Formats: sequence, C-alpha cells, structure tokens
Amino acid sequence: MTPEDLNKIAETERDAQQFATHTLNVCVAAGCVSTQADKVKEALEAEVASRGLKDHCKVRGVGCMGLCMAGPLVSVDGDKTLYQHVAKTDAPQIIEQLGKAPLKRLECKTAQPFFTRQKKIVLENCGTIDCERIEEYIAASGYEALMMALTQMSPADVVKEVTTSGLRGRGGAGFPTGLKWSTVAKAARKPKYVVCNADEGDPGAFMDRSVLESDPHRIVEGMAIAGYAIGAEKGYIYVRAEYPLAVKRLQAAIKQAERQGLLGNAILGTTFNFSLEIRLGAGAFVCGEETALLASVEGRRGQPRPRPPFPAEVGLWGGPTLINNVETFSSIAPIIRNGGAWFAGIGSADSKGTKVFALAGRVSNTGLIEVPMGITLREIIFEIGGGIPDGKKFKAVQTGGPSGGCIPEQFLDMPVDYESLTKAGSIMGSGGMIVMDETSCMVDVAKFFMDFCMTESCGKCVPCRVGTTQMHRILEKVTKGTATECDLVLLEELCDMVRSTSLCGLGMTAPNPVLSTLRYFKDEYLAHIKEKRCPAGVCKFGKEHAHA
Amino acid sequence: MPTLKVTKPALPSQDKRWRIVDAKMRRYGYESHALIEVLHCVQECFGYLDEESLKFVSAALCVPLSKVYGVATFYNFFNLKPQGEHNCVICMGTACYIKGAPQILDAVEKAAGVKAGETTPDGKVSVLTARCFGSCGLAPALIFDGEVSAKADASKCAQKINEWMAK
Repeated sequence: MTPEDLNKIAETERDAQQFATHTLNVCVAAGCVSTQADKVKEALEAEVASRGLKDHCKVRGVGCMGLCMAGPLVSVDGDKTLYQHVAKTDAPQIIEQLGKAPLKRLECKTAQPFFTRQKKIVLENCGTIDCERIEEYIAASGYEALMMALTQMSPADVVKEVTTSGLRGRGGAGFPTGLKWSTVAKAARKPKYVVCNADEGDPGAFMDRSVLESDPHRIVEGMAIAGYAIGAEKGYIYVRAEYPLAVKRLQAAIKQAERQGLLGNAILGTTFNFSLEIRLGAGAFVCGEETALLASVEGRRGQPRPRPPFPAEVGLWGGPTLINNVETFSSIAPIIRNGGAWFAGIGSADSKGTKVFALAGRVSNTGLIEVPMGITLREIIFEIGGGIPDGKKFKAVQTGGPSGGCIPEQFLDMPVDYESLTKAGSIMGSGGMIVMDETSCMVDVAKFFMDFCMTESCGKCVPCRVGTTQMHRILEKVTKGTATECDLVLLEELCDMVRSTSLCGLGMTAPNPVLSTLRYFKDEYLAHIKEKRCPAGVCKFGKEHAHA
Repeated sequence: MPTLKVTKPALPSQDKRWRIVDAKMRRYGYESHALIEVLHCVQECFGYLDEESLKFVSAALCVPLSKVYGVATFYNFFNLKPQGEHNCVICMGTACYIKGAPQILDAVEKAAGVKAGETTPDGKVSVLTARCFGSCGLAPALIFDGEVSAKADASKCAQKINEWMAK
C-alpha cells in the first residue's frame, strides 16, 4: 500500500457512493440493535431487492446516530430525513416514499437542538459510514492523518502537534496528552507499547462503546499514529468482554487494516511497523486504573501497584508504555489532519476541543452527544437533552460515575470543563451524565455507588477494602433510619481517610459521591436521621422498621 | 545451562471443544500472559470453568493452579458453576438503577424463586446482575439469553421468567 493506493481507494469509494440515487442508513450500534434495528435493515434490503431497485438504492448499516431513545433510527439520503422508532413492517412505506415527501408518521425532526447544538469531531463518522467497511472510512478522509504523519512529519512533529492541540486525557483525569506522549517518546528503553483503555467500566457511560462499534478504524489509526510518535511497534486494545459487538467490529477492522497494509510491516511504504492485538477484559472495574489494566493485559489479576514508576517509564512487561482512552485516540486523527491549533481553537481556556457525553437517566433525550468544552450543564440537559420528562423537577446530575459526584441545580450555569467540575465536587470522568429528578433519593444514590466501589474494590489496600465497607454500612443505617448524627461525622472522617490513603484512583475517588451529596443534600441525610423520613420516598424504612 | 523441558498435558477428554481451547493456547505460544484469553475461550466452549479445566489450563500454560484460580475468581465475568438453560441478566448500572432496575430484579427474583447469582434447582433459569451493559440510553435494560431487552417493565420480565420455568 502506497499513499497513491490510499487515494485510489478513497476515490473509487466516493464514486460508488455518488452512483446510488438513494441511500438508507440504518443505525446498527448496540442501542438500536436491541430494539431490532438489524431486522429493520433486513426488511429494507428485502424490499429494495423485491422492487428491483438494488442498483439505485443502497441500504447500509451505520454507527450510532446519537438519539438512542428514538431507535431504531433510519436516515434517508444523507441527513435529509430521519425516521425514528422504525419497525420492520414500515419498510415498504419507507421505500415507497423515497424521493417524495417524508413519512410524517415516523419523521424525527433534525432541526431540534439535540442535533443542531452538537459539534462532532470524535463522532464525525458515527451514523454516516458503514462501520464494517474500511473503504468507507478511507473515503471519509480515514488514514489520511496516518499517511501525513508517516510521510511528512517526524515523530517529534507529531508529539508537538498533539501538545499544541491542548488535548487532555478523556478517560477522566484530564492529564495533558502531549506531555504523556513526549514522556514515553523520550524514554530510551525498548520495546515500547501503546495501550488503548477500552474498559469502559463506569456504570452509565457508553461513549467508548459507541465509538468502538461505529468507527473502529479511528482508534486503529490513532493508535498507529501514537506508535509512530513514541517509537512503539506493538499495541494492545483492552476491551470489556461485556461489549461483544464492539469486540467483533474491532477485530474485523484490525484484519481489514492488516490486509490493506495499514497495520503490519512497512506501513504505507515506510520503515514503520506496527501491529495491534485485542485483549478482553473480564469484568473488573478496577482494570480501568492503568497499572491494574496492565496487570490484566499480562494475564494476571487486575490489581494496581504504587506509582511511580509510572507506566510511561515502567509499563507493560517493564517497557515504557503509553496508555490512553478510546476517545483520546479517536481525537488524534482529526488533530493531525487539521493541525493542533485548529483543535485548540475549540473549547474553553484550559479544556480544549469537544467531549462526548452519554446522556441518560431522567432526561427526555437519552443518547450520545458531542459538545464543545465550556458549554453549560443547563444547555446540555435542558436544550440538547430536552429537559426532565413527566413534568418532574430537576434535582441533580451525576458525572464521573462512582468516582464523580452529584451536581445540584445551583451549578447548572457552570461551564463544563475539567476544573469547574472538580471545583463543584465532581469530576469530568469518562463522560457519563446521569440526570436525576425529585424521585431519586440522594442518600440511596450515594449508597448505590458505595455498594459499587465496595464490591469492585480489589482488596489490595486496607483503606479501600475496609473503608468502603464501613462507609456502605453507615449509609445503609441512614437509609434504614437507624443512624445518628454522630454517624455522619464518622462518615466524613472515613471519607477523608479513604481519599488520602488509598493506593489507586478507585479508592481515592470512592468517597466523592458521598462527599458531594453530603455537601449539597445534607438536609436529605438529616431527614432520614431525625425524622425517619425519605423525602423522595425511595427508602422504605418506616413500616418495615416498625414490624422488625 | 540445561533448559527445563515441560511436556504439554494431554487433553482432558475426547471432547472436541478441548481442541478449540488447545488451538487458542497454541496461537499464543502457550505463554502465561494468555491466561485470561484462554479462560474466556474455555468458558465460551463449556459455559463455565470447572476444576478439570482450570487444572488443564494451569498445566498447559505453566501457571500455578493457585494463580489460575485467583484470576478465575477475581474477574466477575467467569462462572465457576454451570449456568441454567436460560439466563436473565439484569443491568444494575446507574441509569437503569434510577429508572427502576431494583424493582425489576425483585420481580425476576420472585418469579424464579432464586436470588441474583443463583440458578433454579431444576437448572432452567439463572438470574444474574451486571454492572452496566452500556445500554443506558434505553434504561432499564436486561438481557434474556443474549438478547437485549430495552425499556423493560417488571411484570413483563416476570412473565418471561414464568414462561421459561413452565417449559
């Protein structure tokens, strides 16, 4: 494969796409598949075939279109018409209306804020290209960035471009990506490794899953560019076994890239070699922590180890290792293609670019969104998200999963960036955003997360193993109405102890959901303790307690 | 320096599935770091990891049995007991939790008569919970025999379990 071959593939594919008079894109990401999108696709294909329209009308399976709650989604002729809640029996009518006025019954308005307020960089191909064909990715400027990096840039140039972009780690902590890359690039020891953290363990987050399923080549390209920049020839993608569809598409993508000579030896006619291997996770939240992840890739129990040395110096099998999250690698190709300065021009002062969020919970439009950093929570929840359904009142939004916190109403006009969220007692996290209304009890939510951390604690260090159990016990007492105010003092002390003495991020951030709810919803805790009453009506201690 | 020669253990039985497992190990050159991948393969072939398979993998990859057992029990994904004919996995992620997963779990547990993580005595239904499927946009979600069911309703889920139990 030479750069000319790559251009040729892109041109042939673009020509073929223009040849079709009509295109029907069916979302075949996991969300829509669970509402029978695959059957819809089959029905549309059968209908097209039976009418003899095969040459003019193309039915494609594409990635996530974002609005999961309206699935299965089908878009017709680009983004002109979008149909929602499509059933397989709708196929004849949809085909019938091609080129005519759209079917009113199924139409989903694309002029609503959910679509117009987004800015897509990471998700640029999601919902527009066939996620199982490398040709379509190449036609959408895919692998152009890899070609540019390999043929026109030195590894140091690539690192410089990433540094200029101001990109920060999208896994949650927000460490500057350029700095991480340059540290690994400077490490003298070989072999080096590139590792992609696709172990999206946060409950309530599905951004990485959607990117893996909708645009797997983007991650392959990003990792290959990283390999070139830091001098690594081997990469691992650590994916959750709970995402079988993502694993399947990623495997297919790697095979296709190998066949086209975009992975393997002498990539694009240069001296650069790079290969990728998938490693399956096996259901351990702690494996999202980088040293635990490396232990798991090496086939051991996923338990973290003290840092330093950081994986950038001593990582996989002792070699310098670059670990980035799926979304971080997905941002690399556009940064190289358009330049770091372009990316730095989007977003806020210290948080550049866009961020993908998984919007879920008590909000009208649940699904996947990508917005520029610095947008306010109110815009996300009330404009893009369409507000709270059933006339209920907003109570809090939870970001960052079990490591994050609950943000109350008074912060709705706060810009969404790493620093502001931390100041409000939460974290950016990987991008899960769960909206809660008045029917959620904040003590119960804190208990839910503590139960999660308690069960997922790997048990290596005492503060996390014992501390989370003790905190859970106190929260249990509060929700049962048997706690006293002294317990709250103890709870706060425990939070402080676990936060400052745990070995890894899981333990250090485990108190966050408790601390943030204590800070903003102390009255709910007190109502449970003093009045034996749950303001949201979730905790049912009253009667059961009287019987016991 | 004389090298220690390790003979590969014989396959535990004539069962063809062992050959799939062995092929997987061969692909990784019987390296110890392939342990998790191999355990995934065994579970895919046999449905769960029993003592015999753990011993076999331990010998083939030259990993102490204690470590194999450690890995198998550390990760939630591995089952050490046979699973029921049908299984129902309820997502307990945050979005599902907020939207009523606990009620669904209650209804399913009552219908099956077992707690989460258990299998009915007749071996028909296993009830399991998961951390998060990533189907948060369609919460509450659960999986009936590999098929995701979105925006689930407690009484319908209980009905499905009853149908399985009655068969």
